[in-house]
Amino acid sequence: MRAIAIIAGKEFRDGVRNRWILIVTALMAGFAIVLALLGSAPTGTTRVSALMVTVVSLSSLSIFFVPLIALLMSYDSIVGERERGTLMLLLAHPLARWQVLAGKFLGQLLLLSIAIVIGYGLAGLAIALHDGGEFAEQAWLPFAGLLISSVLLGAVFLALGLAVSAGVGERGTAAGLAIGIWVLFVLVYDLGLLGLLTSKAAAFLDDGIVTVLLLANPTDVYRIINLAGSQEAQALSALSGLAGAVAVSPLPLAAILLAWVAIPFVLACLLFRRRQI
Amino acid sequence: MTHSTAIATTGLSRSFGRLDALDDVTLAIEPGESVALVGPNGAGKSTLIKLCLGLMKPSAGTVAVLGVDPTSRQFAHAKRRIGFLPEQVQFHGALSGRQTLRFYAALKGVGGWGADKSSVDDLLVRVDLSEAGDRAVSTYSKGMRQRLGLAQALIGAPRLLLLDEPMSGLDPDARANFFRILDEEKARGAAIVLSSHILTELEARTDRVAILARGKLKAFGSVSKLRADLGLGSQIRVRAVPGQMQALSEYFAGKYSSDTFVNGVASLECSRGEKIDLLKQLVNGPVDLENIEIVEPSLENIFAAYTAKGGPA
Repeated sequence: MRAIAIIAGKEFRDGVRNRWILIVTALMAGFAIVLALLGSAPTGTTRVSALMVTVVSLSSLSIFFVPLIALLMSYDSIVGERERGTLMLLLAHPLARWQVLAGKFLGQLLLLSIAIVIGYGLAGLAIALHDGGEFAEQAWLPFAGLLISSVLLGAVFLALGLAVSAGVGERGTAAGLAIGIWVLFVLVYDLGLLGLLTSKAAAFLDDGIVTVLLLANPTDVYRIINLAGSQEAQALSALSGLAGAVAVSPLPLAAILLAWVAIPFVLACLLFRRRQI
Repeated sequence: MTHSTAIATTGLSRSFGRLDALDDVTLAIEPGESVALVGPNGAGKSTLIKLCLGLMKPSAGTVAVLGVDPTSRQFAHAKRRIGFLPEQVQFHGALSGRQTLRFYAALKGVGGWGADKSSVDDLLVRVDLSEAGDRAVSTYSKGMRQRLGLAQALIGAPRLLLLDEPMSGLDPDARANFFRILDEEKARGAAIVLSSHILTELEARTDRVAILARGKLKAFGSVSKLRADLGLGSQIRVRAVPGQMQALSEYFAGKYSSDTFVNGVASLECSRGEKIDLLKQLVNGPVDLENIEIVEPSLENIFAAYTAKGGPA
């Protein structure tokens, strides 16, 4: 545990020292506040809470943003140390390879969580102040859900990035693979699914298969958690049709995301153990 | 404190596909002794060091470091007592020298989270970096990074120091300091293994030399033993007083096959057995001599003899 904490601490301090955390938090907060203030404008007539609008728009933003940031943080973790020539010395110290991965993962997760919680938290605060205290109280639960699920989504892509970093020999390859993972899960997957549903093959697909395909993509799971979580969000996000097909409560969905953290992490450990130093 | 052998290998081999990076190496290195690992590039020096650190597994044979198999789980504990300086050591550029040492000290479990402050300060003084200790490592020269690397290896009073090319980038002062530190560590009982290309300095500074070539251990012993094993002769250089050059040349004519005269100095090759007799002859001979110089074969000569293709097996 001690070795993991030391590695995590160094990773975190590196992120603070090179102002990474400052930049990403500011970026998150900037986007979130703009979205929040723009999104809360029509509240008077539509009678939905400003915070709920923000949850929907922020989760749409997070689907693009959080995986990208997480992959950018983690793809370099192992392969970068290897190329800079610091990995061999690190591994000559009394710690196991999986502990290096666990430490890096936890340090990066802490950085990302702080950026998300502060960045999005500021947006929540801005709405609270803007609405003069008349925000719907029931919207705080989905907002908390947004924060937690965004951290989980980040964790998934941190773990995927670590697996890439432990598995390849060059930083360039790792960067390419990381971009590939982002494009696949964030852009291509849903397009493919949509194409499948609108094609002739749709006749052979029952709802069960569609559900499985949807739950197989962590960004879709995240989308369902946040957008299908409440009637209000469903109406706002036009996701009510799909959400009906995927009648799953948030906890099993969170469990799926946790599995998406655990499996790539274990894969990263296996790949790193086999890697020649 | 146990006194297990620092490094013991038997038939240690490691191959990469068809290439035998290390082939049937058996050696033992004891506490308090310093061993120079020499060999051309690709001879297997780094492979041997990686095997000793558990960074790779042997293809055949065994290795025990401080009495523990480096591939076993128990080795994590033994690693606390191993100091390692990798070839061309690199550090995180944004950290200061002091922060770097604290990080590695914490990993080794020396001191608490902040790591033992005084021990880190002491190490910086020992490698002559106390003034630069708070500067970012990215501003360090190559020699300074190398010295920081040595300080890092010394954390926690290791029982074994594995130093890969520790002298590269060091100026003469820093080299002298480096060897002084090695002597201190040896006196403390640490075993020292260092690989280097700078053979002339190793000769007088290490107890034994292990010569590796193409993955095989060609020779292992003190320089004088290797010299004797090879039967390499000495060279005797004689200068006669002015006016006696001709006499000297005539005196030696025909006696030694490889006699050469350059600038009035006669160089004679002789075997170990002949040396004393030859010196007696010279001193008691008819020619008045100005100077006699004896040149023993250097580690470089020994190295060349062992690593030459078709050299001694």
